[in-house]
Amino acid sequence: MRITLKVWRQDGPTSPGAFETYDVPGVSPDMSFLEMLDVVNDRLTLDGKRPIVFEHDCREGICGSCGMMINGVPHGPEKGTATCQLHMRKFHDGDQIVVEPWRAAAFPVIRDVAVDRSAFDRIIEAGGYISTPTGAAPDANLTLIPKPVADAAMDAAACIGCGACVAACPNSAAQLFTSAKLAHLNLLPQGQAERWARTEAMVETMEEFFGSCTNHGECREACPKEISIDFIAMMNRDYVKSKRKNRKLLSQIR
Amino acid sequence: MSDIGYLDGKVPTGPIDEKWTSHKFNMKLVNPANKRRYDIIVVGTGLAGASAAASLGELGYNVKVFTFHDSPRRAHSIAAQGGINAAKNYKNDGDSVYRLFYDTVKGGDFRAREGNVYRLAEVSVDIIDQCAGQGVPFAREYSGLLDNRSFGGAQVSRTFYARGQTGQQLLLGAYQALARQIRAGSCTLYNRTEMLDLVVKDGTARGIVVRDLLTGEVTSHSAHAVVLATGGYGNVFYLSTNAKGSNTTATWRAHKRGALYANPCYTQIHPTCIPASDDFQSKLTLMSESLRNDGRIWVPKNPADTRSPDQIPEADRDYYLERRYPAFGNLVPRDVASRNAKTQIDEGRGVGPMKNGVYLDFGDAINRVGPQVIKERYDNLFEMYERITDEDPYKVPMRIYPAVHYTMGGLWVDYNLMSNIPGLYVLGEANFSDHGANRLGASALMQGLADGYFVLPYTIGDYLAGMLGEKPLDTSDPAFKQSEAEISDQVKRLLSSRGKQTVDQLYRKMGVDVVWAKCGMARNAAGLEQAISDIRAIRDEFWSDINITDQSQTMNQSLEKAMRVSDFIDLAELMCKDALHREESCGGHFREEYQTPDGEALRNDDQFAYVGAWQWTGESGQQKLHKEELAFENVKLAQRSYK
Ligand SMILES: Cc1cc2nc3c(=O)[nH]c(=O)nc-3n(C[C@H](O)[C@H](O)[C@H](O)COP(=O)(O)OP(=O)(O)OC[C@H]3O[C@@H](n4cnc5c(N)ncnc54)[C@H](O)[C@@H]3O)c2cc1C
Ligand code: FES
Repeated sequence: MRITLKVWRQDGPTSPGAFETYDVPGVSPDMSFLEMLDVVNDRLTLDGKRPIVFEHDCREGICGSCGMMINGVPHGPEKGTATCQLHMRKFHDGDQIVVEPWRAAAFPVIRDVAVDRSAFDRIIEAGGYISTPTGAAPDANLTLIPKPVADAAMDAAACIGCGACVAACPNSAAQLFTSAKLAHLNLLPQGQAERWARTEAMVETMEEFFGSCTNHGECREACPKEISIDFIAMMNRDYVKSKRKNRKLLSQIR
Repeated sequence: MSDIGYLDGKVPTGPIDEKWTSHKFNMKLVNPANKRRYDIIVVGTGLAGASAAASLGELGYNVKVFTFHDSPRRAHSIAAQGGINAAKNYKNDGDSVYRLFYDTVKGGDFRAREGNVYRLAEVSVDIIDQCAGQGVPFAREYSGLLDNRSFGGAQVSRTFYARGQTGQQLLLGAYQALARQIRAGSCTLYNRTEMLDLVVKDGTARGIVVRDLLTGEVTSHSAHAVVLATGGYGNVFYLSTNAKGSNTTATWRAHKRGALYANPCYTQIHPTCIPASDDFQSKLTLMSESLRNDGRIWVPKNPADTRSPDQIPEADRDYYLERRYPAFGNLVPRDVASRNAKTQIDEGRGVGPMKNGVYLDFGDAINRVGPQVIKERYDNLFEMYERITDEDPYKVPMRIYPAVHYTMGGLWVDYNLMSNIPGLYVLGEANFSDHGANRLGASALMQGLADGYFVLPYTIGDYLAGMLGEKPLDTSDPAFKQSEAEISDQVKRLLSSRGKQTVDQLYRKMGVDVVWAKCGMARNAAGLEQAISDIRAIRDEFWSDINITDQSQTMNQSLEKAMRVSDFIDLAELMCKDALHREESCGGHFREEYQTPDGEALRNDDQFAYVGAWQWTGESGQQKLHKEELAFENVKLAQRSYK
């Protein structure tokens, strides 16, 4: 196959960026999208040019490192698929493919298509955990967890933190990411003690960095793990409740 | 070889089941109020590093945590699929700490330290409690109790799992525990920061020198102790199932500062991976071992057979595992299955466009139990296979081939997980400790978390207690400054490379054509000697003929890769040297000269029942050997047989 690649090139966070176009002959349909970029980078290097910076690690759709807008769609045309799992056979000979970084104020561009997603870590640090000091946990089978509950928690916990949801959202909101972590922890019996404090802290930290949700649902369409948008509804309910609960808890402490 | 040194693993005396308990009691403690007076550096945020940092932070130490990733959650541990072992005996099927210990020593082909393995089995039960407490969504039965599956090398069901994403969920648990400590201020995270040197002064580890991957700035950090949890070195083969960023730089540079590298030739090849599809292949994908429960492995009898598999009648197929190992059939252990596939392909019977695979055929199973049952068992794997190969395994047999997937070797540590350099600890896949010459499935996650949650937090106190009142070495000390200067020089030198090859081209040549070809599934003396001379030539090419066009000191992936590859080249040479010196076959190390008449691995316990730990002497390939003799007081040495 022969494709034309139009890639966003930007030297640093404050430099101006622009598209550059590359003619890419000799693409095998069995290559992954990132292997195609590897080939382009080797060719650029041998031509004395600077290779394209893009993030990746596991190349199996689980670490969440990769991620770029491919023809305007986060992770490209195949549903439920991270960029690294996309193969060139999903494109056609002669196609033009446009590659851009995630576009969101909370994800500043570092270089080319690599962005800084550390705002996600700040949301987790705000409360995305169950406080269990090492060695303090009771026997694992003491807490029975009904299978449907464990399964639902796992559905939410499957999030890989890639940021496609934010990139897809017209408001750059991080509701799907935040609600997935909240649902994972808030659904489980172990997560109940900190449920209301966690919800309030994580939602408010999220709002410091990201835009607000107006129910477009683009996030779910873009999610490589197809995380359900129902978790957002659950988060919203819990947040309203947390305001009441946390106030009540405070008055009891006083 | 008169200059061989002998090493003491410092395993406590006493009965095997009392060693850890009595050792914990005998170790010195740091009083809670004094813990904040100690600084500890943890490099790595995979299962081992994140669990260690979080636990040390909780105890009250000042912890600085480093990762080259953008977030701790991206560490390679995230990709583990199958599960984690623990001797809970929830199934009442006869499991026990002793049985897990026994299976691990035997599975490791009698090349692991008994004391460590027993402790690993002992703390395994606490790991499951800890992780469940953190909210790891382990698979459950309808009763609400934890579910288990069984894995290779064991006759009991002791593997806990979270769908096909066990590593992800365990790592998120450890990452979240770490996030809590970052929030609390006990741990400080340095993400996108790569350790490039260990600083040793007066024989003691004092700190590290790092490079900020966003600004290129080289800085020093000092502490009372340094903990490396930087993962394995499987990417020395270029193609492996490891994440692309996994590398040996941290451990290798510690080695160059005096840390012993132990058993580097022990590498594990996993039999069921998807074969490479072309020369652009950048990594290999693992397909779960569980597929061998229902798939039958075969190749055409005639190497010239070009018919599609459904056109090849039974009489013209060779189900070679079933033929050679009637008792275990397709379920022989990983090393045996891998080696047999290699033989078939080497003899020209490989299948697929590149003739680099063997068939794993579900036809019989589908006829026997129906497609629906197979779908329930393996649907996600079948889907993953089809996504990558564009072939439907319900209709066409899968093609599989072995791939590198884990490294048992690593930095030498004693029972306390301390290297031979006082103050330097090594955890997880980065150390050599518990798996001997072959690791059992689902035991790496167990070891990483055992080291981080339940071993290091005790043993490090014993070392630190003796340092009360001492200040860490000032980072203005010449030891730090000199190392910073050396790193800046290396960066400068690499950035001025103007040769004719890209780093990846040379890296692939070394990994695939040399290390995999000559120090992979089967090795022999002539091949290893050739490999060593090839590697030396590649080193010369590396320093004279690579091309780095990106001149930036900011995020520069070519430079990062070049630095890692330069260390892989040196490690590759040591691996071959180690493989050459070990004149026996054991576990993942198969020397063609040492096999039984029917082609099985032949150990030499009289001469090689030791850990081979190599000391850097100033020049690559000139390492000096140290031995730690292994004593088997509880598990009787025996030859494995799967006929
Ligand atoms: C595909 C696959 C499936 C697997 N499945 C299983 C399974 O089912 N069960 C099982 O038990 N095991 C499994 N394993 C093995 C297991 O996943 C690994 O052995 C284990 O996760 C290693 O954990 P770790 O914490 O030692 O290192 P890693 O997870 O590799 O973490 C290394 C950390 O060190 C950091 N680092 C490295 N070098 C530097 C440096 N120079 N400077 C700064 N930071 C650095 C990295 O950023 C990272 O945070 C699997 C492995 C693979 C490849
Ligand atoms: S590289 Fe890990 S998810 Fe794509």
